[in-house]
Amino acid sequence: LAHGGGGRLMRQLLEDIFLEAFRSPALAERHDGAVVPLGGQRLAFTTDSYVVTPRFFPGGDIGKLAVLGTVNDLAMAGAKPLYLSAGFILEEGLPLDELRRVVASMREAARECGVEIVTGDTKVVDKGKADGLFINTSGVGRVSEGVSVHPRRVRPGDAVLVSGDVGRHGIAVLSVREGLAFETPVESDCASLAPLVAALFEAGVEVHCLRDTTRGGLATALNEIALDAGVGLVVDEPAVPVDESVAGACELLGLDALYVACEGRMVAFVPEPQAERALEALRRHPVGAGAACIGRVTEGPAGMVSLRTRLGGQRLLDLLSGEQLPRIC
Amino acid sequence: MVRRAITVHGVVQGVGFRPFVHAAATARGLAGWVRNRTDGVRIEVEGPEPAVEAFVRALSREAPPAARLNRVEVSEVPPRDERAFHILASDPEAPPRPSVPADLATCPECLAEVASAGERRFRYPFTNCTRCGPRWTLLESLPYDRPRTSMKGFTLCADCEAEYRDVRDRRFHAQPIACPACGPRVSLLAPDGSRLGEDEAALRGAVETVREGGVLALRGLGGFHLLVDATSPEAVTRLRQHKCRPEKPFAVMFPSLQALRSVCEVSPEEAAVLTSASAPILLLRGRAPGGAEVSVAEAVAPGNPWLGALLPYTPLHALLLDAVGRPLVCTSGNLSDEPLCIDTEEALARLHEVADRFLVHDRPIVRPVDDSVARMTPEGLQVLRRARGYAPLPLALPGAPCLLGLGGQLKSTVAVCVGEQVVVSQHLGDLGSLEGARLLERTAEDLLRLLEARPVALACDLHPDYASTRLAERLSGEWGVPLVRVQHHHAHVAACMAEHGLSGPVLGLAWDGAGLGTDGTLWGGEALVVEGAGFRRVAHLRPFSLPGGERALREPRRAALGLLHEVEGAGAAAHLRETFAAQEARVLVTMLERGLQSPRTTSMGRLFDAVAALSGLRARAGFEGQAAMALEYAAGDGEAEPYPLPLREGVPAVADWEPLVRALLSDRERGVPPPLMAARFHTALAVLAESIAVRVGLPRVVLSGGCFQNLRLLRDVQTRLRARGFEVFSPRQYPPNDGGLSLGQVAVAARWCS
Ligand SMILES: [Fe+3]
Ligand SMILES: [Mg+2]
Ligand SMILES: [Zn+2]
Ligand SMILES: [Zn+2]
Repeated sequence: LAHGGGGRLMRQLLEDIFLEAFRSPALAERHDGAVVPLGGQRLAFTTDSYVVTPRFFPGGDIGKLAVLGTVNDLAMAGAKPLYLSAGFILEEGLPLDELRRVVASMREAARECGVEIVTGDTKVVDKGKADGLFINTSGVGRVSEGVSVHPRRVRPGDAVLVSGDVGRHGIAVLSVREGLAFETPVESDCASLAPLVAALFEAGVEVHCLRDTTRGGLATALNEIALDAGVGLVVDEPAVPVDESVAGACELLGLDALYVACEGRMVAFVPEPQAERALEALRRHPVGAGAACIGRVTEGPAGMVSLRTRLGGQRLLDLLSGEQLPRIC
Repeated sequence: MVRRAITVHGVVQGVGFRPFVHAAATARGLAGWVRNRTDGVRIEVEGPEPAVEAFVRALSREAPPAARLNRVEVSEVPPRDERAFHILASDPEAPPRPSVPADLATCPECLAEVASAGERRFRYPFTNCTRCGPRWTLLESLPYDRPRTSMKGFTLCADCEAEYRDVRDRRFHAQPIACPACGPRVSLLAPDGSRLGEDEAALRGAVETVREGGVLALRGLGGFHLLVDATSPEAVTRLRQHKCRPEKPFAVMFPSLQALRSVCEVSPEEAAVLTSASAPILLLRGRAPGGAEVSVAEAVAPGNPWLGALLPYTPLHALLLDAVGRPLVCTSGNLSDEPLCIDTEEALARLHEVADRFLVHDRPIVRPVDDSVARMTPEGLQVLRRARGYAPLPLALPGAPCLLGLGGQLKSTVAVCVGEQVVVSQHLGDLGSLEGARLLERTAEDLLRLLEARPVALACDLHPDYASTRLAERLSGEWGVPLVRVQHHHAHVAACMAEHGLSGPVLGLAWDGAGLGTDGTLWGGEALVVEGAGFRRVAHLRPFSLPGGERALREPRRAALGLLHEVEGAGAAAHLRETFAAQEARVLVTMLERGLQSPRTTSMGRLFDAVAALSGLRARAGFEGQAAMALEYAAGDGEAEPYPLPLREGVPAVADWEPLVRALLSDRERGVPPPLMAARFHTALAVLAESIAVRVGLPRVVLSGGCFQNLRLLRDVQTRLRARGFEVFSPRQYPPNDGGLSLGQVAVAARWCS
């Protein structure tokens, strides 16, 4: 199993094993969270597990991430996040003090997002059976009437917006984990996207699709949408916000910032005429201050994301099979 | 009286072969007939035995220059007492076979016609005949007849019609013939698409544009080219800026061989290639600038002792160059790394900020075909980029079923095997862009349709992220046929074997930048024993890490750091103080230590890079292969004591570059000049090749992979191996670089199927 980098292998794994076994209409939507009917209302429901190393990094920790990640997945379904569960797998020997810090951070993050952690579970496993601490969170939220956010609604001509500069989380975690001393330290972008989504709806923007740009970064999120929506995307490289410190780190590492993970960034697909209004709404919130329009949806070829480069050329921003395996050395 | 039935296989249509047969038969007083079939030409002749024998010999000896006879089958049939010799209508029965000629440069007769006032085609840019003119660029389907070419929209005038029907005319059945009365015309456009002039006025405007230092987009034979005055440093620099191509050498088109001779040395063999029907860009040694009548700006090929030169290959080019009277930079009409534009609309959309004027015409171009690039080696011509003039000429692959090979990622080509012959497409370029990926797919469809080929298997590279691999996977699923994944270097060796008709076992030295190996690392300094559908890795370079992966391509200094880190650990950075800032070096060393973003490689290309950086020649590269080229040029022909590069026993054996690197560092400390270090390095590789060959002990050695574009390396290795009695083969008609992969893939798949 070498499917960790997101991308093509992961997509295949999901298709071959899970979608195959658990067929359901909600699953077939292939969104971050499912929207299911419950007592006349529509409920968004999602789950995610967190295994990040290191557990503490500039701008956040595994606890904050566990709350925000699930809150964000609910927000990406167009829901208002409400309740979370939290499950912990602790490896024997984990310092209790660390656990306390993580839990405090979760409480703080939940408070900020306005969600309640209402149930949980804890297991302790023998030393060596886990890597310190794993957290799973599940969440439910309510989807307002008339809201319908998923890849199927993406239309040729839609504008593609990104809520801020990309790649900070991945670089921040990497630099701490690997002990890389970059010129300018990079802080994770980890943040709740729920207020941004709320702001879009309040501004009356007809949001077609939302996707947080987590594992595999912006490029992978765009590819997934393009594949699931059966459309093409054209992205303007100079328009994609990348912080200078991230760009510098990527240059040294030989990474493409567009493939580096974020934890507080999303792409939004909205009708072109509403793009300006949407941007204004996003930018009013600190997390969306760096929002930008980065491209548009085209008829096809389906599933292809094309990047117009700084040099005026064009390159395919494709779904890579796993790690960024050099192609052209 | 005897009668013989003769079948001629090969490229014998669209090259004036039937009129030649007619003439050869009637001159000897023979009777019978000739007819085109989709798989060649069929002849029956009757007459006195000596005359018939002479006729059969003449077929291969005196055939028109563009004809390629692969096989001539002769059988005895009963005489019929015929009196005359006829040309019969085509026989469409047999399935299409690869017998499509490549585009042919304008012949001397047509050039003379265009130049002589009073001729009907005086100054006509689309003059051609059975011996010359467009073929592959205008072919829509087979058999090759005018209604199935992009000339179908131009109705022949009475004069052209008469020539077309006259068996004694040079234009008998010349499918693309045209004249000012009935053929295509040129116009000049502004970047906004507005028309500025037609015919002579258009030509005049185009001439002015380049004479005044402007960029001209020219819609030529196989697509758009960008032309600027090669003698003007400003014009060349401007083109570089517009095209975002800072350093990569440009090719130059000269008005005449004579003009070219004042800038480059041209041997008689080279002159023959330049003026042949293929008329490629030929890499020539530049002459010392002193005394040159015409001088080409340094910016054309900065720091490069070679110049890619070509001569006008259509009347349009000839008229233009003649009027300008200066050599012109001639580069593909595209943005960096995208495919060639062929349609005017598309060119205006993509190049309106690059070109000042567009000289266009109304003859549809069916497929993009770039200029070929070749060079003369002591063994003869070596094609480095195979396109105009060479594609789609077929290669025999005896016993092979119908196959499709999708090639690599850079310099890509596709190969279709049908009727035991492989047709390798023209060079398609890089697949990194959407346009590139689509061109690959279109080209595969195009070849399969033309040749009515239904592959029983597909072949591609091992790399999962090549666009060609993705296409292969999809097609294999859609068609329900097996996909053969061929290791990159195996394909390199197999391509050269196919070209020379070798079966195996052979020792293949596949030295290149990198390709994915069967162990998931990046290979590139490989010695493989190839036999049947398989291979055995018998030796390779000692592996090292490349901090930052692909980024190392632009920064040879990274390869140097990776190499040194392998033997010195954290101390590596100390040797590269002048090329890395302290903080950069710290991060990169950490990456190397932790194996982060630092793929393992045995790449020969990256070893070249590392040596170029360590010897102080190049720490960074503006384009692929620049550092290796700098090393080759620095080495020149100088003889030198080789650096130690021992082959350590093992399975596979490992070429240990550590002693080489240590010796190089000590040379550097002693202030040894870079050219000497470069020469010692080249010789070390030749010695290595020799040790590998001796250790393996197979009599035949194949040299392939991009590193063998290095002429000094190729020569040194060949010389040493031959001195030891080995038979050495290197790619000639198909590129040693990744342009040859599709051929190799098909060759391996053919073995796999049998
Ligand atoms: Fe290669
Ligand atoms: Mg998630
Ligand atoms: Zn001619
Ligand atoms: Zn005519």
